[in-house]
Amino acid sequence: MASSQNAQLLPGTLFLLILRSLGRGPLHGYAIAKRIKNASDGIDIEDGSLYPALNRLLVKGLVQAEWGTSENNRRARFYRLTPQGRKYLEAETREFNRLIRRIQLAMRTV
Amino acid sequence: MSVLREWINRLRFFGNRRDFDREITEEIESHLEERAAELEKSGLLRKDAMRQARWEFGSTDVAREDSRGAWQFQWLEEFRTDLRIGLRMLARSPGFSILAVLCLTLGTGANAAVFSWVEGLLFCPYPAVVHQQRLMALTGTARGEAEPTLLSWPDYQDLEKNCKLFDGFFVSKITSTTLSIGDRAERTVGSIVSANYFDTIGVRPILGRGFALKENEGRNAHPVMVISYEFWQRHYNGDPEIVGKMQRLNGVVHTVIGVAPEDFYGTFVGWRMQFWVPVSMEEIFEPGGYKLDDRGARWIEAFARRGSGVSAKQAQEEIFAAASRLEAQYPLTNRGRSVKLWPLWQTPFNGAGTLLPTLEITVAVALCVLLIASANAGNLLLVFSSTRRHEMTVRAAIGAGRRRLLKQLLTEGLALSALGTVGGLIVAYLCRDALVLLFPARSGVSLYLPGRMDWRVFAVSVGLCASTTILIGLLPAVKASSIDIAAALKSEMAGVVGGHEKSSVRSALVVVQVSLSFLLLVGGGLLMQSLQKIRTASPGFSTQRVMATAIDLRSAGYDEKRARNFQDELLDRVSALPGVESAAFARVIPLGVVPYSSSPIVVDGYYVPLEELPTVEYNEVGPAYFATLGIPVIAGREFTRADQESAAPVTMVNETMATHFWKGKDPVGQRLQVKGKWRRVVGVVRDSKYEDMRETRKAFFYVPRQQAFAVSGILHIRTPLSIRTMSTLLTREVQALDGNLALNELITLQDQVNRSTSPQKVAVTMLGVLGSLALVLAGIGLYGVVSYTVSQSAREIGLRMALGARASDLLRLVLSEGLLLAAGGLVVGMATALSLTRFLGAYLYAMSPRDPLTFGIAAIVMVLVASTASFVPAWDAVHTDPTKAIREG
Repeated sequence: MASSQNAQLLPGTLFLLILRSLGRGPLHGYAIAKRIKNASDGIDIEDGSLYPALNRLLVKGLVQAEWGTSENNRRARFYRLTPQGRKYLEAETREFNRLIRRIQLAMRTV
Repeated sequence: MSVLREWINRLRFFGNRRDFDREITEEIESHLEERAAELEKSGLLRKDAMRQARWEFGSTDVAREDSRGAWQFQWLEEFRTDLRIGLRMLARSPGFSILAVLCLTLGTGANAAVFSWVEGLLFCPYPAVVHQQRLMALTGTARGEAEPTLLSWPDYQDLEKNCKLFDGFFVSKITSTTLSIGDRAERTVGSIVSANYFDTIGVRPILGRGFALKENEGRNAHPVMVISYEFWQRHYNGDPEIVGKMQRLNGVVHTVIGVAPEDFYGTFVGWRMQFWVPVSMEEIFEPGGYKLDDRGARWIEAFARRGSGVSAKQAQEEIFAAASRLEAQYPLTNRGRSVKLWPLWQTPFNGAGTLLPTLEITVAVALCVLLIASANAGNLLLVFSSTRRHEMTVRAAIGAGRRRLLKQLLTEGLALSALGTVGGLIVAYLCRDALVLLFPARSGVSLYLPGRMDWRVFAVSVGLCASTTILIGLLPAVKASSIDIAAALKSEMAGVVGGHEKSSVRSALVVVQVSLSFLLLVGGGLLMQSLQKIRTASPGFSTQRVMATAIDLRSAGYDEKRARNFQDELLDRVSALPGVESAAFARVIPLGVVPYSSSPIVVDGYYVPLEELPTVEYNEVGPAYFATLGIPVIAGREFTRADQESAAPVTMVNETMATHFWKGKDPVGQRLQVKGKWRRVVGVVRDSKYEDMRETRKAFFYVPRQQAFAVSGILHIRTPLSIRTMSTLLTREVQALDGNLALNELITLQDQVNRSTSPQKVAVTMLGVLGSLALVLAGIGLYGVVSYTVSQSAREIGLRMALGARASDLLRLVLSEGLLLAAGGLVVGMATALSLTRFLGAYLYAMSPRDPLTFGIAAIVMVLVASTASFVPAWDAVHTDPTKAIREG
């Protein structure tokens, strides 16, 4: 679905990036997109693909959303990690790092 | 847990879909605004900033769709779309849809109806009884005898006492009596039951009480009865004061103590019980005297209910053990005997046992019909899918996955099958009680053969219909979805549709249909001829000019002396009637349900150990019995009025008995001991049929009615008069003797033969109805395939005709395609039938299951149907205007 639109991302990476960007507090959609873009140099995602991913996280109950006002005084929807989301982020980060290490190891030995 | 939360979230979404659409639109809008504002700050013009923001965002529609998709059950949404498209496609070709649905309706309907009969008669016959699924029938078995025996009351009581794995035993033995209703006498059926009956089955009388345990005890000590709701309404007009009223049954005044609930008909498959009396009254209702103290007198039909958690096997083991203890303890009566438990659907002593083989055949036949019907539906789907080749190809070309197309076709198949199933269930519901129509009406006895449409019948029918449809619907789906886009588009353009491969699937389906219908035709034909043979076979007595009626003096309260006088006088009067050739009384009518008497016999010069004495059945018959029935006396004489109570005891034997026990010597003048009394053989008669038209020769003898008198009996009359005339005459004579005595139904012995063969008749009717259905379906299938082929080659036919081909040649060409398929089906069907018809063996009478005549006729019928089905479209094709065909083809 949403994540598969970005062939250059590992599956689930977009979820992880979103959750990570919310780690330091609630953000609205555009802010999430900006943070991901700034943090991950070279990863090119369409802003639009963010929303299906956000909705999937909502379905899973990993994030919550509520309407608020942005720094430019616009009505915007803010996303916040739920406790489950935080737990999930930690677990997945560990898992992700392990996966990356294994890939690096494999790349080196092959 | 998290899966559950996800579902809850999704369901919540379902309720707020409109809010969601508004919110996501607003959110995307806000995103674009934010980005645009930022770009403006960096110096872009408002217009360019907005364009840049949109470009970076990508398609807003896709984002919105996919976001919504995150919340939805995707398969459900897809299914809804498929269904919508499918239904639209089906509605666009109503002819196709209606035909397919009709085929499936007939197929499912036949099955569901048959299942409802199986459920209602075999698996859940007593819905009012608690825990009927643990109920089992109880009978005796005897070494060397194939048929189960009944049980004696002492054996039954010991089993009940000694077996601990059961939570209840009860006796339920069918009996009947004659009641006068107005000036007519009616046979009324009821049950002799153990006193715990109503308590054990958990049925509470709606008025009064059930039986008290002490009502098991004491010879004829408790003349009490519980009556059915129907009996209460019909006979007493629902009198609320009924409890305590008196009713004479078999001459003994009984007190009504209770009324059973409306939905309770007793525990006997086939008939509604109208009254229940306790076992202590056995002597009043059963022939052969008081039997409750006699371990050798087997007359009880009983049931036992396993305790919860006890398997049938454990239950049977305990019963076996108890029975062998009885065998050891009472060798004189129980040697070589045991006791057997039967699941309800195999109950040997009621309608379940009689109907089981018929229903087995019917289920098999109904399944064949369903297969044929589904093959038809599958065929139609195939034709339909090829007319939609273009649509499919285009959808594939614009990127619909193969899986998606397959699902689409499957959804259509399922929609068809769902419609067919609903139709079928409605048909079945309407037919659930139709079984009773197949049995000949019989005065006074309320036949009860209810079908039962419960969730099991429902589930099996739906499952069966769905799976056959998927199986057969999948074929065209797979075929149609494996579309080579380029090739298909090209061939579309050329206008040549329908690959060779696809038509081979269609042909295979037709071959299957033809072969199955042939099989059913052969089966139906065999049974029909067999029934014809049974009914026209000589039972050894005349059937056409002999009539019989039951004169039930016992119910009318006659004692033996009055009954003798009455019978003698009635015989004199009837014999004197103009047109009556002779008349005679007998206790039992041949081929009836009332059992004959039987006794261990001793024959001078035929030595066997005492406990292995052969038991032979006999009938108590009056003077002129053999002359009346037309059974030839081949040696000695027949009974006369001189064979009185006080005269020397005599007997007559049949041919088989004479050869078996006297080994070719003339038995006339020899001695035969019956029930401990020596009788002199005075005559030998030809064998006849006694209980069943299909029985093989068996030993049988007769004793004079005056020397073994029963108050009630059957009056047989030999006369060329019609039933109606004779009935009027007889009523007059009876009324002259006793104004209060009502007359039972008068029937010819041919009627009696027909009644005794009604299970065969039912099987024949079933196979006839379902077989014709199958034939029609197969015809439609064949017609469909040939007309499709014709429509596909219309252009070719037109071309040939334009080039001067003769119509007859073309006709032959097209016809040959249909006939070739039919021939293939015939060959397969022939092979199948040859190997399968032997399962009809039990139903066949004096004919081979491979009877060449039947096979031949079935083949001819099949060929006729096939020719017609192929001829019509062929004729049409040849008679269309060639120019039109070429232009349109």
